[in-house]
Amino acid sequence: MSGPSNYQPKSAFGKWMHERLPIMELVQGQALDFPTPKNLNYWWTFGGILAVMLVAQLVTGIVLAMHYTAHVDMAFDSVEHIMRDVNYGWLLRYLHSNGASMFFIAVYVHIFRGMYYGSYKAPREVLWMIGVLIYLVMMATAFMGYVLPWGQMSFWGAKVITNLFSAIPFVGESVTTWLWGGYSVDNPTLNRFFSLHYLLPFVLAGLVGLHIWALHVPGNNNPTGVNVRGSQDTVPFHPYYTMKDGFAIVVFMLLYSAFTFFGPNYLGDAINYLPANPLSTPSHIVPEWYYLPFYAILRAIPNKLIGVIAMFGSILILFALPWLDTSRVRSGTYRPIFKQIFWIFVVVCITLGFAGSGPPDNYFLSHEAAPPDEWHLTYKLVGQIAAVCYFAFFFPILPLLGLLESPKPLPPSISDDVLAKKKPLVPAE
Amino acid sequence: MSTAVHADVNRRDFLFIATGAVGAVGAALTAWPFISQMNPDASVLAMAAIEVDLAPIAEGQEITIKWRGNPVFIRHRTAKEIELAKSVKLEDLKDPTARSANVKDGDPATDENRVVGGKEGFLVMMGVCTHLGCIPIGNEGDYGVVEGNVKSGGWYCPCHGSQYDTAGRIRKGPAPENLFVPKYEYLSDTKIRIG
Ligand code: HEM
Ligand code: FES
Repeated sequence: MSGPSNYQPKSAFGKWMHERLPIMELVQGQALDFPTPKNLNYWWTFGGILAVMLVAQLVTGIVLAMHYTAHVDMAFDSVEHIMRDVNYGWLLRYLHSNGASMFFIAVYVHIFRGMYYGSYKAPREVLWMIGVLIYLVMMATAFMGYVLPWGQMSFWGAKVITNLFSAIPFVGESVTTWLWGGYSVDNPTLNRFFSLHYLLPFVLAGLVGLHIWALHVPGNNNPTGVNVRGSQDTVPFHPYYTMKDGFAIVVFMLLYSAFTFFGPNYLGDAINYLPANPLSTPSHIVPEWYYLPFYAILRAIPNKLIGVIAMFGSILILFALPWLDTSRVRSGTYRPIFKQIFWIFVVVCITLGFAGSGPPDNYFLSHEAAPPDEWHLTYKLVGQIAAVCYFAFFFPILPLLGLLESPKPLPPSISDDVLAKKKPLVPAE
Repeated sequence: MSTAVHADVNRRDFLFIATGAVGAVGAALTAWPFISQMNPDASVLAMAAIEVDLAPIAEGQEITIKWRGNPVFIRHRTAKEIELAKSVKLEDLKDPTARSANVKDGDPATDENRVVGGKEGFLVMMGVCTHLGCIPIGNEGDYGVVEGNVKSGGWYCPCHGSQYDTAGRIRKGPAPENLFVPKYEYLSDTKIRIG
C-alpha cells in the first residue's frame, strides 16, 4: 500500500529510517498525497469529524476513569465527585457525555451521506460493511458507558436491554444470567461493563484503521458517483482536504461546545440524576436519543421474540444494502425517484425516533393517554406505521426501483461535471 | 501441503490434521475459563434463601422484598381477587403453564398451581415483568377487581404495557409468560422461606 507517492527521504535520518520502517512513505502516500476526487462536498467532511470525536471520547474517557469507581455503592457518588470536586471534572464529564451524542450525530450524517450517494455499491461493499460494524460497536460502547453513572435510567436501561437476550429460544435465560453475572443487573454487571467500555473504543480504533484501508483501495466515491478517470479528476488530500475537513471540524466543535457549555443536560434524561434503585422502575423508560428509532421498532411489535428480531434486523439489514439496491447508478443526484424516496426514508427514521420517545399508549407527541382497545394515533401506532415504511424501503422498494427507474444521463467525468458547473469569473458581456 | 503431489492420503497428512485437531481442542478448552468467569460466582450463588413473616400483611395489602437483587411481590389477596382468578378459563390465558418452581414444569396455570400448599390467600411471585424485566405496578390495568373507582389486584407494566391478572398471569401486551413463582415453602402457618 505505498500508494502514489514517490517518497524520497531527504535527511540522513530519513534515509536510515526508510530502510528500517518506511512509515513516512505510508504517511505521504496515504495521508498527504492521496489522490482525492476534486468535487467532494461538505457531506464528505463527516469522516474526519468522526475521527476527531473518537479521539475526544478516548481522551476524556481515560481521564474520567482516573476518578470513577465501578462499584454499585460508589459509582453514582464518584460521578458526583467528578462533577463537584475534581478540577474541571464537570467539563470533562460534560465533554464525554455530550461527545457521545455528537459522535452519533456525525455517524448518522455519514451513513445517510453514503446512502444518498450510493457509496456502498461495488467496489466499496466491504468498506460499507466495516462501517456498519463500527456503528454496532459504537452503540454497544455508548450503552455500556451510560450504565456507568449508575442512575435510575442507567440501571433500568441496562435491565431492559440485557433482557432482550432472554428472548433467544431455549438458552435465553442462561445467556442473560451469564451477561449479568447474577440474577439481575448488579455489581458484577457494572464491573464488566466498565471493563468493556474501556476496551471497545480501542477496538473501534482498529476497525477505523480497516475502514480507511478499505477506502484507500478503490479510493473515495464522489457526488457524481462517476469513477475517477485520471489525475485531472483528483487533487492531493493535503492541503485541499485537510483544510476543508479542518474547517468543518471547527464548525462542528462550535456545535459540540454549544451543547457542552449551554445545554449540557439537554440531550440527557433528568431521572439519571437519581441513584439506581432496583426496587422501583421509573414511570417511563426511554433510551438515549440515538437509540430511539430502534426502540420504536422493538415496541411496535406485540410479540417479544419477533420484536427483538425486528429491532436487531433493522440494523443488520444495512449489511445487505449493497445487494438490495439493484441500480447501477451510484449517486442519487441522477436518480429522480430514488432521490425523493431517500428523503422520505430520512423523515421515516426521524419519525421513528419521535415514536420511540413517548409512552406507547399516549397520543403521539402528547402527554395524554389514549383510551385502550380503540384505534388512536398513539406513539405505538405511529411507530408501527413508520416501522413498516422503514423495512419497505430496503425491501421491496430498493430492489424494484433499480429495475424500474430510468436514471438521468451521467456526466462523462468528474472534471467535466466540475467545469460545467463553473460560473465564469467575469460575467459574459 | 503434500497432497498436491501425492494423490492419496499419506502419513504426513494424518499427522498434520491430527496436530491441528489437538490444537483446536486445546484452544477451545482454554477459552472455557474465560467464558465461565462471567457466570454467577460463589458469593452470588451463596445469597440463597430468605425468610418472610406473612402475619403483618393485611388482606388487600402487598409488600415487595428484595431477593437475589430482584423484587419479590407478596400479596395477601382478597376473596374477590381469588374468585376472579379462579373464574378465568385456561383457554383464555396467553401462557397456560403455571411458571412456578413449586410444581412440575408445564403444569397448567390454574390458581391453585400459582400458590403453595393450598394457601390461596398469599400470592408470592417475582416482581419482574417477563417481557424485559421492569417492575409491574400493582392494582393497575384491566384485569383486577373493580369496585366503584377502586381497583384491587392485577398488575400493569409501565415499560411496554403488559398486563397481569389477580394470579399474576399475563393477559395482554408483549410479555410472553406469567410472572414467575420462585421456590418457597411454609415453615409455619404464617412464615415462608424463599429459595
Ligand atoms: C466510542 C467512544 C465512547 C463513547 C461513545 C462513550 C460513551 C459514554 C457515555 C454515553 C457515558 C455516560 C455519560 C453520562 O451520562 O455520564 C460514558 C461514561 C463513561 N465513560 Fe465513556 N465513551 C467512550 C469512550 C470511553 C473511553 C475510551 C473511556 C476510557 C476508559 C471511557 C470512560 C468512561 C467513564 C469512566 C465513564 C463514567 C463517567 C461518566 O458517567 O461521566 N469512555 N461513556
Ligand atoms: S418490560 Fe414489562 S412490558 Fe416490557
